[in-house]
Amino acid sequence: MAVNTMLEFERPVIEMEQKIDELRKMSDTLDLSNEISKLEARLKEARKKIFSSLTPWQIVQLARHPERPYTLDYIYLMTENFIELHGDRYYGDDKAVVGGFASIDDQTVMIIGQQKGRDTKSNLYRNFGMPNPEGYRKALRLMKLAEKFNKPVITLIDTPGAFPGIEAEERGQAEAIAKNIFEMSRLQVPIIVVIIGEGASGGALGMGVGDRILMLQYCWYSVISPESCSQILWRSWDFKEQAAEALKLTSQDMLDLKIVDRIVEEPEGGAHRDHNQAAQLLKAALLEEIEIVSKIKKDKLLDNRVKKFGEMGYFKD
Amino acid sequence: MAWFKRNKENIQTETPKQDVPDGMWIKCPECSELMHRKQWEANSYLCIKCDHHFRIGSSEYFKLIIDEDTLKEFDKKMKSVDPLHFTDTKPYAKRIDDTIKKTDLHDAIRTATGEINGKDVVIACMDFDFIGGSMGSVVGEKISRAIDKAIKNKCPLIIISSSGGARMMEGAISLMQLAKTSAKLAKLDEEKIPYISLLTNPTTGGASASYAMLGDFNIAEPKALIAFAGPRVVKQATGKELPKGFQKSEFLLEHGFIDFIVNRKDLKQKLSQLLGLIS
Ligand SMILES: [Zn+2]
Repeated sequence: MAVNTMLEFERPVIEMEQKIDELRKMSDTLDLSNEISKLEARLKEARKKIFSSLTPWQIVQLARHPERPYTLDYIYLMTENFIELHGDRYYGDDKAVVGGFASIDDQTVMIIGQQKGRDTKSNLYRNFGMPNPEGYRKALRLMKLAEKFNKPVITLIDTPGAFPGIEAEERGQAEAIAKNIFEMSRLQVPIIVVIIGEGASGGALGMGVGDRILMLQYCWYSVISPESCSQILWRSWDFKEQAAEALKLTSQDMLDLKIVDRIVEEPEGGAHRDHNQAAQLLKAALLEEIEIVSKIKKDKLLDNRVKKFGEMGYFKD
Repeated sequence: MAWFKRNKENIQTETPKQDVPDGMWIKCPECSELMHRKQWEANSYLCIKCDHHFRIGSSEYFKLIIDEDTLKEFDKKMKSVDPLHFTDTKPYAKRIDDTIKKTDLHDAIRTATGEINGKDVVIACMDFDFIGGSMGSVVGEKISRAIDKAIKNKCPLIIISSSGGARMMEGAISLMQLAKTSAKLAKLDEEKIPYISLLTNPTTGGASASYAMLGDFNIAEPKALIAFAGPRVVKQATGKELPKGFQKSEFLLEHGFIDFIVNRKDLKQKLSQLLGLIS
């Protein structure tokens, strides 16, 4: 796909790709197959080198890549029959959260996620993917519908945080998140959570309690963003790289710490390089996960869910 | 005033870190009233003139609420183990050890069983002096065990919160404590065991986005800061002037998130009355 935004560390790879494209265009009149295949080998090598040694901060940048697929992209590329449902029935319809019933192969699911925008206008409309309390309350209402009609829930997490606004506080941001965490811990249907981009703190966890927690390869999940962590602990914005390192926020860290159950591979170079492939990889993983959780009896499923989170923590008696 | 001058080195004013250091004389940060420490203690740790609620810790709350000689603390020595080997300007492991030495506490919460006017309760009380009352693995586990105990003993649970939020030095593990404690509270709810959450100054971030807001009864001390995102963050994010009284107990009461505000002087009696009505 066309590349509009290039991260600094992606540059060598993307420039080589552009070179190969140019050579291909000239191939009508010249035989360049030898040069092209040499360059392709070099490209493969370079990509492998860069992406096998990404720093945590580079991964944070990939997770925030403005061309990365967002919730609605995944919904359209993975499911059919999506019917979006709106509103929390108390106050309004939060555009930073989308959700509704859809079919993934033959299985009806309730799929809900935080939604970012791709340009200034749509970002303002989506509030940069930062939900207000009514976003969390809408999500809970939809989960309760899934419970009523006995359909599994899939949540897609991609938020820089719950919105820290005056009205958000007035309308009970803390209560809305707390209530979701509380109710998700005992929702009577399976919940599969996928971190597809940024998993920032309570704003993420407010839709992130479930039976299986998946994380796309180049995402971050933590209690605070590296920038804010730098600001608070180092009293300067300049330590974001160190903070990203210290917070252990990558998918591999999360798997090692048993906070996520599975890493979902992204296409070469990251999900933003091939939306459809990213969606198909996620879909395949979700179908397997749905099968796993559907086989577990309800009581066992709920016990396991409480136990799973109950076991998280490191201490000495 | 001669006595004022003579005792100057013993006069303490409120500092953000610790409300009341060990001086004999205490100055109210709100109305500047000077009072003797004993006067202040006898007045439920309030200003004798304006009722300012000084920040106090678990020892004081236990003394105020729990009947004499009935308090039994559990999981007293539970300690954080620095799972991420986290270092900012100081290694987390050292921060923990230093704070233990300085505060004589093991982490930001203490849990106990005890009686309130003869009624059995399980009580957990946070200490803001321990790394800003931050919630990490130890706070999560101790609350979780306190809930188990309330279920086992079939007696009400009281959590007194005072917290700046989740403990950054434990990364996503501290975030997971929101889920851990809330999931356990859902169990408590199913057992129909009462849970009273008392929010004191300040209760923000992870604590407010989990157990502190999940009481059957959410009650607060006067003028306590209660928020998800603190006022500084909100101001920075929105660039707007904050409304008067924003995120204070009275503001939350007005917006429907608090059942009632309780003066610390009446706290024990109110708790006892409420527990009496529902038992
Ligand atoms: Zn005063």
